[in-house]
Amino acid sequence: MEIIEILLTVSFWAAATRIATPLIFGTLGELICERAGVLNLGIEGIMTAGAMAGWMAVYQGADLWTGVLFAFAVGMIFGLVHGIFTVPLGLSQHVTGLGLTLLATSLAYFTYRMILPDVPSPPRIEPFQPFAIPYLSAIPFIGPAFFKQTALTYLAFVSVVVVGLVLYKTPLGLALRAVGENPAAAEAQGIDVYVMRVGAVMVGSGFMAIGGAFVTMSAFNAFFFEMIAGRGWICIALVVFASWRPGKALLGALLFGAFDAFQVRLQQALGGDIPYQIFLMLPYVFSILALIVMSRRAAYPKALMVPYRKGER
Amino acid sequence: MRLEPRTQVPLALAIAAPAGAIALALLLAAIPLIWAEVSVFEAYGLIFKGALGSRFAITETLARATPLIFTGLAAAVAFRAKLWNIGAEGQLYLGALAAAAVGTGAVAMPTFAMIPLVLVVGALAGALLMLIPTLLKLRLGVDEVVTTLLLNFVVLLFVSMMIEGPMKDPMGMGWPQSEPIVDEATLPKLVARTRVHAGLILAILAGIAVWVMTQRSVWGFEARAVGASPAAARFAGMPVPRVMIRVGLISGALAGLAGVGEVAGLKGYLTLDLSPGFGYSGIVVAMLAQLNALAVIVAAMFVAVVFVGADFMSRAIGVSNYLANLVVATSLLTMLLASLATRYRLRWH
Repeated sequence: MEIIEILLTVSFWAAATRIATPLIFGTLGELICERAGVLNLGIEGIMTAGAMAGWMAVYQGADLWTGVLFAFAVGMIFGLVHGIFTVPLGLSQHVTGLGLTLLATSLAYFTYRMILPDVPSPPRIEPFQPFAIPYLSAIPFIGPAFFKQTALTYLAFVSVVVVGLVLYKTPLGLALRAVGENPAAAEAQGIDVYVMRVGAVMVGSGFMAIGGAFVTMSAFNAFFFEMIAGRGWICIALVVFASWRPGKALLGALLFGAFDAFQVRLQQALGGDIPYQIFLMLPYVFSILALIVMSRRAAYPKALMVPYRKGER
Repeated sequence: MRLEPRTQVPLALAIAAPAGAIALALLLAAIPLIWAEVSVFEAYGLIFKGALGSRFAITETLARATPLIFTGLAAAVAFRAKLWNIGAEGQLYLGALAAAAVGTGAVAMPTFAMIPLVLVVGALAGALLMLIPTLLKLRLGVDEVVTTLLLNFVVLLFVSMMIEGPMKDPMGMGWPQSEPIVDEATLPKLVARTRVHAGLILAILAGIAVWVMTQRSVWGFEARAVGASPAAARFAGMPVPRVMIRVGLISGALAGLAGVGEVAGLKGYLTLDLSPGFGYSGIVVAMLAQLNALAVIVAAMFVAVVFVGADFMSRAIGVSNYLANLVVATSLLTMLLASLATRYRLRWH
């Protein structure tokens, strides 16, 4: 009974939304890359770099939105590297992505240590504060759960809508999906496959970086090493779970957030009888299970992970 | 002007490509050094001195290279068959956990039986862990990249649970660590009063064995064929799932052995800081070696030099030792660029 009561509290859903926000950004970012045909395993590192870059910009005196923009730009730069390596050069998307994760993570840590060589405890910034959206927050239950969040969470909701509209209702979105499904046919339509793919990877990586920035600038107010803790990999699982659709990505991220928030509350409710590690494992196990369930009917973009060379079949 | 795929790689180029990649990575890593306002030459000099400058330094480097050879081999074996095992870190820890479970007094046997036992148990643990994502890939079409990556976190939490719970050392002053490995199960030191242990010999032997297997055996041929084209391999009558499972088991076992070496050869007990990402660095090692098992040994030595040397440099002039991770990550990316030179050549007509 206690367990069901948890699910009916507003604070539970508010927490679930908070946990889901970085995953919404990361999943959208990965989805954009994969829809254009490029797997981006750099996500974990790009989120780490975004978390560090956005936070550091604010710590150095920039205002919060400048920090978010800076994180986005840093993500775009890593995306450009991934794009050049995997698209015109046609190098392994797996290995490049992992290399990028290693590079972006170590670059973030190195930079942090360079600027703050010896701080006893991580310094803090004034993070984004939650505010209520007029009218929407007045809806019973749903209002206080989803519409008393910080600006970045609202940005995540808006991004889902915008990415969905662009993907399905604009020529740009059609072109992006075309290069991910059948690049040769897209090329025949006069679409520059290289520009389209590299551009998609850059924008997608920018989204990932904002997801990371949310963690240091909204969920917490400081940067810790290893604080991204596999969120990037979970996003990759969520993209499959979402069948490469932005709306389902939002749903998947919220579901995951709910699961994670539930796990924390369950841990508190059940006390010390069960080792806390069991609860911490659950989100990762849940991701694997979700992947297993959804992989059966996963409709991958046809040209995902297939490099395209002009004039070659 | 066009690019033409090479049918075979000249030996000189196979050596020049990684050498060039490393040179480029070191050149790029000079940028953060300049930012840190230290002399680039002094920094690299200190890295060299810290890793190879004394007898003790060399033994430290060899000790660090040992797990990297194993995880490098684990990645090389799997990647050749295009089985993307990114879970070497988890397999390493599960191997270490299994070795600690039997090696801390649960089983009492003389040395000649105890050491093989911990090795086999550790390898088995790694292999069985890798079996899960391999079977999921084959049976249900689940992408192994994500499953192996996520399993790393699950295993790390499991190890944490064990060494804070049932396997916790009651004499450990409250620290989360296992009981010490008994003397009978401890891998002997190769050089007295240093950290280099018999695991190094095993790693090199494993490298030779994997090389023979990939280059000279049907198993290796099948693995390469499946990696190059599963459809063609199936058409040629090869049992593709069985080949994949075999590759997954061998890869996982090698990563598990890395964990056994660290726990039974170097540390002596299991903690959560057993591996500073050896599983991930193994991927860099394998790529620098262009997935060649003998070259893995050399590449692991290079990566070990960077890590050990950077620690020394960091202590000497205060530049963060994350520089090592930077050099290693950059060399992976530059190696990818260099691999273009080994795969293609320019034609001028």
